Amino acid sequence: MLENLPILSLLIWVPIAGAGLIIFATGQKNPQATQWLALLTAAATFALSLVALNGFDYSRFYIQLIEDKAWIETLDIRYSLGVDGISLPLIVLTSLMTLVVIISSWNNIKLRASHYLAAFLIMCGLMNGVFAATDAILFYVMWEAMLVPMFLIIGIWGGPNRIYATLKFFIYTFFGSVFLLIALIYLGNKTDSFNIFKMHQLIIDADTQLLIFFAFLIAFAIKVPMWPVHTWLPDAHVQAPTGGSVILAAIMLKMGTYGFIRFMLPIVPDASIEMANVMIVLSLIAVAYIGFVALAQSDMKKLIAYSSIAHMGFVTLGLFISFSLLANQHVDAAIMGIQGALIQMISHGFISGALFLCIGVLYDRMHSREIQDYGGVVNRMPKFAMFFMIFAMANAGLPGTSGFVGEFMVILASFQVSFWIAAVGGLTLILAAAYTLWMYKRVMFGDVANDKVAALEDINSRETIVLVILALLVLVFGFWPAYLLEVMAPSVQHLIDCNLVSKLSPEGMCS
Amino acid sequence: MAESINYSIISSEIFLLVALCVIMIVDLFQRDKERKLTFMLTQGSLLTLFVIGAQQLGISSQVGFSQHWVIDQFSVVLKLAIYLTAFLSLLYARPFIRERNLMRGEYYLLTLFSVLGMMVMVSAGSLLIIYLGLELLSLSLYALVALQRDSNDASEAAVKYFVMGGLASGFLLYGISLIYGMTGTIIISDIANYLTANEANLMIQFGLVFIVVGIAFKFGAAPFHMWLPDIYHGSPSSITAYISSVPKIAAFGMAFRVLDSSFAAAAEHWTPMIMIIAMLSVILGNIVALIQTNLKRMLSYSAIAHIGYFLLGISIGTDEAYSAAMFYIIVYAIMTLAGFGIIIFMSSDKKDYQNISDLKGMGRYHPWYALMFTIVMISMAGIPPLIGFWPKLEIFRLLVINDHVIAAVVAIAFSVVGLVYYLKVVKEMFFVDATVSPNVSKSRALKIALSVNCMLLIIFGLMPDQIYQYCISAFASLN
Repeated sequence: MLENLPILSLLIWVPIAGAGLIIFATGQKNPQATQWLALLTAAATFALSLVALNGFDYSRFYIQLIEDKAWIETLDIRYSLGVDGISLPLIVLTSLMTLVVIISSWNNIKLRASHYLAAFLIMCGLMNGVFAATDAILFYVMWEAMLVPMFLIIGIWGGPNRIYATLKFFIYTFFGSVFLLIALIYLGNKTDSFNIFKMHQLIIDADTQLLIFFAFLIAFAIKVPMWPVHTWLPDAHVQAPTGGSVILAAIMLKMGTYGFIRFMLPIVPDASIEMANVMIVLSLIAVAYIGFVALAQSDMKKLIAYSSIAHMGFVTLGLFISFSLLANQHVDAAIMGIQGALIQMISHGFISGALFLCIGVLYDRMHSREIQDYGGVVNRMPKFAMFFMIFAMANAGLPGTSGFVGEFMVILASFQVSFWIAAVGGLTLILAAAYTLWMYKRVMFGDVANDKVAALEDINSRETIVLVILALLVLVFGFWPAYLLEVMAPSVQHLIDCNLVSKLSPEGMCS
Repeated sequence: MAESINYSIISSEIFLLVALCVIMIVDLFQRDKERKLTFMLTQGSLLTLFVIGAQQLGISSQVGFSQHWVIDQFSVVLKLAIYLTAFLSLLYARPFIRERNLMRGEYYLLTLFSVLGMMVMVSAGSLLIIYLGLELLSLSLYALVALQRDSNDASEAAVKYFVMGGLASGFLLYGISLIYGMTGTIIISDIANYLTANEANLMIQFGLVFIVVGIAFKFGAAPFHMWLPDIYHGSPSSITAYISSVPKIAAFGMAFRVLDSSFAAAAEHWTPMIMIIAMLSVILGNIVALIQTNLKRMLSYSAIAHIGYFLLGISIGTDEAYSAAMFYIIVYAIMTLAGFGIIIFMSSDKKDYQNISDLKGMGRYHPWYALMFTIVMISMAGIPPLIGFWPKLEIFRLLVINDHVIAAVVAIAFSVVGLVYYLKVVKEMFFVDATVSPNVSKSRALKIALSVNCMLLIIFGLMPDQIYQYCISAFASLN
């Protein structure tokens, strides 16, 4: 029976329908019912994503769980969905993180809680849509629509400077995506269809490829964000409410790199080869320079925000290093680079989400994010200190946590290209350890700094549940990344075999 | 040519004229301050017209009255859009005019007269008939704007509108006379035949310049836009809602009949002019709208920008592009009605609240309407999946296909600028703290009309094909 369900449609529309129910049926008057309904919806969505994972045959590379219906016939835009080994884990991650956010805001939102929960559910559906869409315009619609709930979340429930931050966030990302739209229209016109996989088969000359490359680059680099278009991220993170930060870091940033994988690498590989060195340099700047910037932060959230940029630099490094490796016939290393990048995407979703939740736990109690207001928290909150430690270590890339696997694979792959790339990349292990652990030391250790810290209470059961889930995931994928690799392997192999070959001439194309 | 007198092709117009006379007489004998009967009859005749028009969908092209009159799918679709938007705008107007001593029979009669003028415009087969329709429309609108006699702003707006409109008509008429002088005909199809046989000489090009200027004036496209913000600002809000939406649809009909039906063969002369006007409008409208604090003025500059996007579609000059432009203008009319509907909604208790800052606290005290207005703003900004996105997408797509990639990039970049001022409204409603509830209307009819209008933006946003198909069919049948 489960095979016949339109599972991807359900993943998009169940949370949105749940949000509609919350707004219209339960609303403000009945906060308890609202929360239960939101939890139920999020849990159902997560369960659906597991059903999808179960129905997915990961020994094959091609798109599965396909749905395809005519949507706008006059423009030949189709409502077509499908997943491969790259997008499915991201859908599961999205559904899981939404569930986590809903649990973590239990009884915790004072202002218009029903709207808050509904916004997250709508966003969950739209983000699932981004990862599941195989029609370029459908992808774009989801990609843009998703900005609106996030805009409202930061703007309504954010910190003191929220208006500036949320406008910057919205306008920055919208600016990027209009170029994406132009590129998609151009490609759609060339292929006579907006099917993303038909676009992969297109022969494009070198100059056009370069233009399309830049259009994609503006859109996706802003979303990742890569240096030097990262400046919206620290603002948005600092002002966003905890849940907003979690989704922003765990899922939204992944959309940029997902865009690289889904659009840029397969459609304009020749331009990507040409620009690979530039991209590698930009990634290394993100890794090294932003790492130093993070070291200088006095605001915990800002520190984690910068650390996110640095870690995402690893993802782009892994993706673009593969071109240099393929040029030198290091196919295995190229696969390792891309797989490392993908694992880093998933693992960073857990770790950054968890770190923002940890800061949220402290902020709820102290209403401050400044590191200097803390000190000696471990004395009052030992359980919390343990979880925070796990995530801090994972952020620093300690072996045995999921943070280590991806970074290690990317560094290993970059060694095949140049010692120096690997050396600069390796710097992150030192820098991340420095800024994360130094923050940990100042916040958690030492004597109890002031009366407020002395009055702290340890985490309650709601917070414990959330942190236990994430801690388990970080450890499980740290020790046993093979499962994730297995899901992704055929798709990555296919990406290397077919999509990364030259698109300048019909030779070497494969179906 | 007796055989060319065919009353069936002007049945809708005859019906409306008769209805108008009846309503006028009925209104004379009414003692009801609320003018309920006049209102019902007016809306009833618009609905009847809609039903008649819906029967004519899919009609094949027919010409009559010595080729002065045309009825085809194109005019039928445009007329349907006109009836519908006029109907909606009257719904919005009722609570507003009730509070401002404007509840007079003239309001409804003048609206119907302008609808008649618009019907003539889109069905015209000759330049003279177009001009007739245009004047009937314009004169009714001048009178509508002047209806609020005790308001300085409205009187000023009416005089400005009258002078500027007269100037524009003058330009148009002068252009037509030059064309007539060269071609010896005012029948649109004859002009087209003349131009396929002959080169467009300097005189015709000269005439074309005046016609393009006249049309740009009527649309309020830059650099002929100066009158538009003043008049939108000065007119009573319900009338602004009307003149900003419905006549734009008819003006599109006029632009198409004049520019394409007559001068398709001379397209290389007028398309660059329209392109320049369009780009200027997009740039100027979006930038100047940024600094407006009055919602009406902001919407009027945004109107200039939208007209720019729409004219970009016309400047491409293919059937596909015309259907995209038509799609754009119909969608824009629906959106802008909702936009001014917000202002009407805020202007209750005989006071006008027009500043963006007056929306403060909307999100807190009236979350449902704040959500509705957010939808309007975001739809105008062109964010999917709302309806405003699709015509923009089509215009950009056609620009790219027809090798105007630079124009597409500039236009799309300025839509990012546009986003800024639309978001300002959303910001005011949701993010700025307020302790007092903003002023809102209590009229239930208005609330329902607004909600329905805004929901349409979502529903058609998910199914844009429902409108777009008709726009395409309008042009498919012409060839």
